[in-house]
Amino acid sequence: MIRSIVRIFFAEWRKLRRPTLLVGTLGAVAFFSVLVSSFLFLMIDSPQGNGDRGVRITREMLSLSSGATQSFASIGNLLGIIALCVFAAQTAQEYSLGTLRNLLVRQPGRIRILVGKLASMKVFAIIMTLVSAVICIGVSYALAGGKNVSTDLWFNGDGRLEIAKTLLNVYISILGFGIFGMVLGIVLRSPISSISLGVLWLLIIENLVGALKSSTLNWLPGNQLGTIATGGSQNVSYSHALSLSAIYVSATLVIATVLFTKRDVSN
Amino acid sequence: MSNLAISVDDLSKKYGTGLAVSHAKFEVPLGTICGFVGPNGAGKTTTIRMLLGLISPTGGKGEILGAPITSPDKYLSSVGAMIEGPAFYPALSGAENLRVLATLGGFPQERVDELLKQVGLADRGKSKYKTYSLGMKQRLGIAAALLPNPKLLILDEPTNGLDPEGIQEIRQLLRSLADNGTTVFVSSHLLSELELISEYLVMLRKGEVVFAGPIQDLFDQQQPFMIVKTEHEQDLPKIIAIAEGAGHKAHLRDGTAHIEGPAEWSGTLNKLAFESGILLTQLSPQLPNLEETFFELTGEQK
Repeated sequence: MIRSIVRIFFAEWRKLRRPTLLVGTLGAVAFFSVLVSSFLFLMIDSPQGNGDRGVRITREMLSLSSGATQSFASIGNLLGIIALCVFAAQTAQEYSLGTLRNLLVRQPGRIRILVGKLASMKVFAIIMTLVSAVICIGVSYALAGGKNVSTDLWFNGDGRLEIAKTLLNVYISILGFGIFGMVLGIVLRSPISSISLGVLWLLIIENLVGALKSSTLNWLPGNQLGTIATGGSQNVSYSHALSLSAIYVSATLVIATVLFTKRDVSN
Repeated sequence: MSNLAISVDDLSKKYGTGLAVSHAKFEVPLGTICGFVGPNGAGKTTTIRMLLGLISPTGGKGEILGAPITSPDKYLSSVGAMIEGPAFYPALSGAENLRVLATLGGFPQERVDELLKQVGLADRGKSKYKTYSLGMKQRLGIAAALLPNPKLLILDEPTNGLDPEGIQEIRQLLRSLADNGTTVFVSSHLLSELELISEYLVMLRKGEVVFAGPIQDLFDQQQPFMIVKTEHEQDLPKIIAIAEGAGHKAHLRDGTAHIEGPAEWSGTLNKLAFESGILLTQLSPQLPNLEETFFELTGEQK
């Protein structure tokens, strides 16, 4: 059982490590990491704000022990959307290319395939998280001096703890988004449909619903996952976001597992 | 252990209200090449999918290499398959695609290079799959099916897209695999090819098995016939009437009369035609072949 899951993991990794996907994804991660970190510091004196949705993040806030990870935490949503696209495409393409039948002939244990694929994509998410963390913290450190932001507290004991906490939170958030992508891939069986629906939901529908009725932000799944990355927000507590996300992710995973194991493979 | 590679009894698959496969029953002995034929939509691919555990039967049972088809994990490690044509990741090379499957199945990676050589793709193994021609894709699909060194090889239209030379190579490959003890279950529209290599045959029509057994038994059930052409096409119905009057089944097909009867009766037919003032321009006694038999049993138009 474990041996076959390990084999599935490495088989999936062969697909994930292909240069077009790995370099392309990490390129996007690097681009957004540089963009958000630069924006945070270069717009520090802007009256329009330098944070998400016009929020002002001051020098004093950036000089705290959490200052090093401020940009990294706020990029969680963007990284999540990238993860959703990758997980959805990797899963749905097995249906659209017809390769799922090859996989199932070589490994008929469908739950094992799901577990092995997910494990491989988790490692991919770890790499995304680490690359983004290094770039965000690096760019922040490079720009801090020029904008009179003190970095004295960034790498002391509290600072390192903040970095570790943020790494974990962003990783959990990315993984949640990715699992939603994987579930969409299984349900819709088409990379384009699953990515479109996922991105439409996160970027348009949740924002519209949230703008119309702000209390719904306490319940919308994308907002919960984004809140986990930032370690909690003014409106939604970290524990609420974490527990609600766990419920959403578990429920969708159960549905996807049942579909994946019971559905005929007829394409 | 049973000497059957495939055994299917009362196997059915229902989609909506229609039966794609209806109470199919057939057996394929170990070490043989078995052709699997039927018109489009006859249920061949559905049957193959059930044999490989990709879809669940609605009823009936089946066994592959002695294990029930409801437990594909018990036999798939000894089965190679290519269903509905080759399916691979376009952005990976041919070799890398095979390595994905070798890793998944726990087969040695060295087997990838051996197989690429065996199917004639050694020099294109590093090229991306999306750059392959249809014939090359087909060869890669066959290589993937051979990865586990299978006891049973199930191939769905393996010669699609291959040139005559490629078809001949595949025929030789299947023959050599069978000679080494591999059972080959192969569906194809190239009936003349199947006739050359198959010892057994399963024929489907509208989801039902219309024949299953040694191919020679099928031919033994069929009547020899004659293909007859007349100087004037309007004389063909008269020839059919003459043949039927003599107790032989006859029908028109493609501007000729097909008349059942042994070759020895051709002289009598020629004489009867001459006496009726009809000049025969062709009178060819034929032995039944798979193509003729297929059209006969499946009711398909040639």
